[in-house]
Amino acid sequence: MFKLFQPNRIFQITSRAPKYVLFLFVLVLSVGLTEALVFSPEDYKQSDAVRIMYVHVPAAWISLGIFSSITVLSISGFIFKNKNLFLIAKSLAPSGFVFNIIALVTGSIWGKPTWGTWWAWDARITSMLILALFYAMYLISWRIYENEEKVFKISTIITILGIVNVPIIKYSVDWWNTLHQPASINILSKSSIHSSMLFPLLIMTAAFALFSLLIFLMKYNTELIKIKNKGLDRL
Amino acid sequence: MINEILFMNGYGVYVLSAFIFTLLSFTALYLVTKIQFVKEQSKFVSKFGSLNTEKANSAKLQKINKEILANATND
Repeated sequence: MFKLFQPNRIFQITSRAPKYVLFLFVLVLSVGLTEALVFSPEDYKQSDAVRIMYVHVPAAWISLGIFSSITVLSISGFIFKNKNLFLIAKSLAPSGFVFNIIALVTGSIWGKPTWGTWWAWDARITSMLILALFYAMYLISWRIYENEEKVFKISTIITILGIVNVPIIKYSVDWWNTLHQPASINILSKSSIHSSMLFPLLIMTAAFALFSLLIFLMKYNTELIKIKNKGLDRL
Repeated sequence: MINEILFMNGYGVYVLSAFIFTLLSFTALYLVTKIQFVKEQSKFVSKFGSLNTEKANSAKLQKINKEILANATND
């Protein structure tokens, strides 16, 4: 199965896809921004401050999703001795890290009008900050170590340690008394959020997912060309 | 209408700064990634150009190398 995803086979697709993904991203983002800033209703309690949710929540979801994917890819790469899986994981990390920073900063901006403070050492905020540190360590490990075997091992250890934090982030609002409210959107049970707010939230999530796909494709192509550059040196 | 959207019942400064920060982060990440890509692509093209005919033909046997060169000329 892994042979189907060999870089030599998929480069034809990954090198042409970014322009189409960029077009789709701009389109979906435009619809999402219009819905989020103009058409979605204000909250009865938070008024218009609730609109920050449309950038804060998708950014947090995607940063968690990307970190989980990086962990699965790194562990699989280690088990199946597949270098391409590490390359995919490495290419996903920059957008995951930026989404994590966006979630922290927009959360801080949202905190001021709703809680009266820019920052609190609340369980969810602190665990998101810890996730950002794991992302930073993961990215730094790829910069520090030249030896491939070593970087594969160290980056996988970082993701295994970091993934412990992911369920903590998810359930922190249930396990501890925090400033955050419990989850409003549930996959298995009925969501408490109204459809007029859910719709723009899902559109913005789709736009953010397209953006991370775009960055992933560009980064993955860069990594492949880097490898081919080394190949030319060896000729 | 526009004033209403910008003012947002007094929360405009918070809402718009959150959206602007997000869009600026997107732009910065996109530009950094694009610059890195173009840099590697140009490095590849110049390295390929310095190969002798025999080596260039051998490198061209790999489909991915041909693809990189084709993309570089299209860009």
